Amino acid sequence: MSSLPLGSRIGSLLGRMGLKGRLLVIAIPTVWLLVFFLIPFLVVAKISFSEAAIARPPYLPIVEWIDGFFRVNLNFNNYLFLLEDPLYLAAYLGSVKIAGVATLIALLIGYPMAYLIARSPPDQRNLLLMLVVLPFWTSFLLRVYAWIGFLKGNGVINNLLMSIGIIDEPLVMLQTDFAVYVGIVYTYLPFMILPLYANLVKLDEAYLEASSDLGALPVTTFFTVTVPLSLSGIIAGCMLVFIPAVGEFVIPALLGGPDTLMIGQVLWNEFFSNRDWPVASSVAIVMLFVLVIPIMLLRWAQSAGEGESR
Amino acid sequence: MSEAIAVTGLKPWTDPNAVPFLKINNVTKKFGAFTSVNNVSLEIYKGEIFCLLGGSGCGKSTLLRMLSGFEDLTSGQIIIDGQDQAGIPPYKRPTNMMFQSYALFPHMTVEKNIAYGLKRDGLPRAEIATRVTDMLSLVQMGAFAARKPHQLSGGQRQRVALARALVKKPKLLLLDEPLGALDKKLREETQFELIKIQESLGVTFVVVTHDQQEAMTLSSRIGVMTAGKIVQVGTPREIYEYPQNRFVADFIGSVNIFEGRIAEDGESHVVVACPEAGLGIYVPHSIAGVIGQKVAVAVRPEKMQISKGDLGDLRNKLSGTIDEIAYMGDSSVYQIRLDSGKRVRVNQSNLFRSEESSLNYGDRVNLGWAGNAGIVVTS
Ligand SMILES: Nc1ncnc2c1ncn2[C@@H]1O[C@H](COP(=O)(O)OP(=O)(O)OP(=O)(O)O)[C@@H](O)[C@H]1O
Ligand SMILES: [Mg+2]
Repeated sequence: MSSLPLGSRIGSLLGRMGLKGRLLVIAIPTVWLLVFFLIPFLVVAKISFSEAAIARPPYLPIVEWIDGFFRVNLNFNNYLFLLEDPLYLAAYLGSVKIAGVATLIALLIGYPMAYLIARSPPDQRNLLLMLVVLPFWTSFLLRVYAWIGFLKGNGVINNLLMSIGIIDEPLVMLQTDFAVYVGIVYTYLPFMILPLYANLVKLDEAYLEASSDLGALPVTTFFTVTVPLSLSGIIAGCMLVFIPAVGEFVIPALLGGPDTLMIGQVLWNEFFSNRDWPVASSVAIVMLFVLVIPIMLLRWAQSAGEGESR
Repeated sequence: MSEAIAVTGLKPWTDPNAVPFLKINNVTKKFGAFTSVNNVSLEIYKGEIFCLLGGSGCGKSTLLRMLSGFEDLTSGQIIIDGQDQAGIPPYKRPTNMMFQSYALFPHMTVEKNIAYGLKRDGLPRAEIATRVTDMLSLVQMGAFAARKPHQLSGGQRQRVALARALVKKPKLLLLDEPLGALDKKLREETQFELIKIQESLGVTFVVVTHDQQEAMTLSSRIGVMTAGKIVQVGTPREIYEYPQNRFVADFIGSVNIFEGRIAEDGESHVVVACPEAGLGIYVPHSIAGVIGQKVAVAVRPEKMQISKGDLGDLRNKLSGTIDEIAYMGDSSVYQIRLDSGKRVRVNQSNLFRSEESSLNYGDRVNLGWAGNAGIVVTS
């Protein structure tokens, strides 16, 4: 060791430290994911394969050690049950439909907003972004409750419309899918606007000028240049709205009606009303896989977006 | 009307009856309190390659952007082919622009980039395909048709940008530093290619550049700009041989400037008394000036001669000491220190291959130039 020149010894020392530093950087998120995602996931997955019982906890173990026999009881009935009862499929489809439509509406509202903020003078942008995230400063639950006040039969909107004589009797808005859409779009709009803004603010105006110079009308430029170049932002925004919206429970519970069928409520009922933890767990596991597909899409879009931006 | 000047050798700007294709009338552009383009007027004729030449930040790009419609005029008027362009958006103007930053669409292949403008015109597919292919081979990018811009080198991107602007065969083509990123050889090839394209298409070019060599090679006429103003317009030869002021003389090529006062105002010449040079400099073209007026005389380095011996009957003769010699291959540049301390630059072409030049550091030499070599410039 001592025969090595000083320079290379320092070099190897730094190399080892650098390696350690890198390991550390990777280790922190790995541990985080392990503790807060993988372990809970495995616990839920385990419960989903067990048998319900009137006990505490309300399910039977899946591995047993009795009289020298090691027994593994994997119960697939919970999953089969999901297939048998059309309620679950309907709830999944209902959730995906509501989340999908709400995402589309949020995109249609959020894109122009993000575009305007990105194109406004730089000193005004931060203020406008502040306004977008301002609602987060009050409790989510309170804000959803506030919508009840707006939408109900003698609520703000109906009173206003009747007082100016547009309608004679109150519109039924609360406890309909409409109210659920309003709630979801309202709640998740900032998640749409922020990634879109981050994307659009980087969009080089020269591309738009080049398009215009080559004879494209502003509309054409928008659809052939602006939209494709902000595609990764669009996908990111849509995923950030769609994924939480699929599993949304509070909004349909407070604003939705008896017809509003979303998987979050089903999950809640299985857990807390029926106390059937195994079925509830299998509902959760299936929901996870329903969401994995869009998450993969998101990752794909991100890597595609990185390839694009030189 | 003739389509291409270079072919016919006509000079429409000398013809009082010729109608300019592009008229820029007293155009001014202000950004807040800052004046980027200051009262510029130009008349550019059909088939010209007109170069806007000037240093960085002098307003060349801004002027071009006003022509293509991206910037509003603060005041003035732009008329293209008889039509006032006020209020006409870029997508309706008969111009195409090659951007200084290229602005190639990053999400489209080279081919799609070039086809973009043709598609907007709603041309049939087959025609788009052939025109794109022709253009690709013209800029030697056929092998890269399927690549995205980020997979190209800087020079390749530049050629795609050029192709995209050319393919629509606009009446007026605006090129912002079109050849800046190309290496010397490719740049020269492309310059001649541009001239050929210009001749075959009959398009009028306005080219922005800060490379005087490029302006000299390409253009039918040059407009020299500084600080938002056009200071001189003329053919490359006029600009080089008869710069109207010191800035132009200095900016185009190198020049020796002698300060002095008019001492004698003859019928076909003036004599400028010049203490720096230690003589009265004879300049043939008389200028409208009074005796005693302060002027400067500009003499190009290659128009000067040096010798250890007698220079014969040159009108202007002085002497000095060789301070520095730079061997450039085809020529040598000598720095001569005059007795007044002023340094003069002299270019001599190396006519003979000689191991050892007969002129050496510290040599005392005679220096002179013909009577018609100098020109009076105002400052
Ligand atoms: N949008 C703008 N806002 C404020 N000032 C501007 C704007 N565009 C250009 N300018 C200023 O106008 C002047 C001329 O700019 P321009 O881009 O026309 O220069 P240029 O001659 O093309 O220079 P270069 O050779 O570096 O490209 C510069 O001082 C620039 O800072
Ligand atoms: Mg410029």
